[in-house]
Amino acid sequence: MPASSAVPGVKDNREKLLERAMSRHQYSGDALIEVLHTAQELFGFLSRPLLKTIAHKLRLPPSRVLGVATFYHFFSLKPKGEHTFVVCIGTACYVAGGLSLIENLERHCAKAGQTTPDGKVSVETARCIGSCGLAPAVICDGGVLARVTPQALETELSKIGAQ
Amino acid sequence: MTAEELSEKQAEEVARQKGLQNRILCCTAAGCVSCGADGVRRALEAEIESQGSGGRVEACGTGCMGMCGRGPLVLSSADRQLYGNATAADAHALVSGDAKDRQSLAGRSIDLNAPFFSRQLKIVLANSGRVDPEKLADYIAAGGYQSLAKALEEMTPRAVVEEVKKSGLRGRGGAGYPTGLKWELVAKQVLPTKYVVCNADEGDPGAFMDRSVLEGDPHRVLEGMAIAGYAVGAQLGYIYVRGEYGLAIQRLQTAIKQAEREHLLGARILEQGFQFRIDLRIGAGAFVCGEETALIASIEGKRGQPRQRPPYPPASGLWGAPTLINNVETFANIPPIIERGGDWFAGIGTARSKGTKVFALAGKIANTGLIEVPMGATLREILFDIGGGIPQRKFKAAQTGGPSGGCIPEQFLDLPVDYESLAQIGSIMGSGGLIVMDDSSCMVDVARFFMEFCMDESCGKCIPCRAGTVQMHDILQRMTTGAASEEDLDTLKALAALLRETSLCGLGQTAPNPVMSTLKYFPEEYEAHIRDKHCPAGHCRMPAVSREATA
Repeated sequence: MPASSAVPGVKDNREKLLERAMSRHQYSGDALIEVLHTAQELFGFLSRPLLKTIAHKLRLPPSRVLGVATFYHFFSLKPKGEHTFVVCIGTACYVAGGLSLIENLERHCAKAGQTTPDGKVSVETARCIGSCGLAPAVICDGGVLARVTPQALETELSKIGAQ
Repeated sequence: MTAEELSEKQAEEVARQKGLQNRILCCTAAGCVSCGADGVRRALEAEIESQGSGGRVEACGTGCMGMCGRGPLVLSSADRQLYGNATAADAHALVSGDAKDRQSLAGRSIDLNAPFFSRQLKIVLANSGRVDPEKLADYIAAGGYQSLAKALEEMTPRAVVEEVKKSGLRGRGGAGYPTGLKWELVAKQVLPTKYVVCNADEGDPGAFMDRSVLEGDPHRVLEGMAIAGYAVGAQLGYIYVRGEYGLAIQRLQTAIKQAEREHLLGARILEQGFQFRIDLRIGAGAFVCGEETALIASIEGKRGQPRQRPPYPPASGLWGAPTLINNVETFANIPPIIERGGDWFAGIGTARSKGTKVFALAGKIANTGLIEVPMGATLREILFDIGGGIPQRKFKAAQTGGPSGGCIPEQFLDLPVDYESLAQIGSIMGSGGLIVMDDSSCMVDVARFFMEFCMDESCGKCIPCRAGTVQMHDILQRMTTGAASEEDLDTLKALAALLRETSLCGLGQTAPNPVMSTLKYFPEEYEAHIRDKHCPAGHCRMPAVSREATA
């Protein structure tokens, strides 16, 4: 099954870009993690058909590819929401009240690790994003929010119309 | 470029910078960027343009200036004034330098003679906050790549190893293995293919030292690795960097390209016979990959699971070849050691721990940020003189070493911080995360927090760690919800001993540490949770108790 079936009806050059990434590594199985990074960047998540294609091209057993993809937290096997909130619960953020931010998001949106049914917001947690001086920190669509309060979070949510 | 051209370039850039009226340095490390430092920098550049000061005043980005809690930080170098919480609106005053304009900034001025700055000793972070991490010329002006030139021109590989041995430098990743000995082990191997690996998979929650070094001074790490490559006879190096560290990855990529273009990396370095290339490998979020054999498996494209040692990586590492693995901070220490000699370095620190250590201060402390102190500084100096103390409440404990470390209670505040003394009181140096807790933090919950982390991050290969961390977490969870019994405490201790003795790698072996050290220093908190179903810190909510009461 071709990789583009991950997102039906979308015609683009993502497959070609993925192919290029694999050929740059000479289709070596050692480059599996690099290839998965590229694939996730291109497609947003790693669908089963996409993993199968990669396994086939790198001449690896599909079980090994799935094994690696599920082992690392960074890889997502489910599509993400339009907006993503990553709440840091590293030690510094934890003692600064990161947990209450997750509870807040869970009340308004979805459980940690899940996406709202309308596909609008994904809620995730991270084990330290290294911004401990800004605790508690939340990454909202790639940008770090510093010293976040539940109120600030709600403002952020209403900005994207998720409340 | 050759070594002479390098020195010429250095002199040229130093002269150019001296000719400027002012250099306005804007911290563009991750902490300040997330408070809007990029906007401040752009505003500064626009302001220079509009005031027509181009060529006289320069705005540039730098690495971490340390006081991350007060970002964005801006340093006006002509009058050595540091300002916190800078905004784009301050650009005019900063560029014009007019005293009247500067008044709006007065309240946000940070005293550079304050203990936070004066009590630190910067070796690893010497360039951080001073050079632009995206400009090679800046690094060269600060004496960059001169150590590599010195090693290649004046020293044999053997002499480089000897110098590192003499320095007494120990691995900064946490375990503290003597770096020189490790280099010697790899250098002795006769196989033609060897690798140098930089462990930048900084996974400890509450630690951001390596990130700051990579973001603030990436060339320093590249130079350290190239010197290592020369010393041990390797031609290829990998930096295994956390996928979460986007900015660090970007700056490393830029730095590698710049260095290759100028023949400071790649085929014929400094137009001599030595060749060394560096490739990045992006981690994918697995704490266990900080363990060296797991890291190797991950670079090879496999699940990051550790394997039995020996053979150790110096004998058989990446693809079975001899491999030198050092931490970011360790490599960053190498250029100054080569430049100033092993004896100089050995003169700093304590009897068995040499040099300095970078710590990331976080938690309940006034000055959160990044600091560097000589080994042997006391915790009191670090937390109260440099860190500015604990706002409002009372100090309870400091946690070092993350999920593999332990807590340090008040009675050890005057203990000199080095590898041995921390091990003696049941903690570890770790990679340098230092989390401060006050009397509102519950130690049982902190132990539970770290156990939850280890449970999530256990790779699942060996049973003691895979099943043991789950069991220990369940017990701690029962304690913090008021559902634990006296027996649970005995089981917890037995499991801790089991994990420590029978786990395959460091993750499992050290997972019980936070539990053991909180049990040792705060037994009364455990007792209160179990016997009285009460959390002395008022943190745990004890739903099990309220259920019983209403039933």
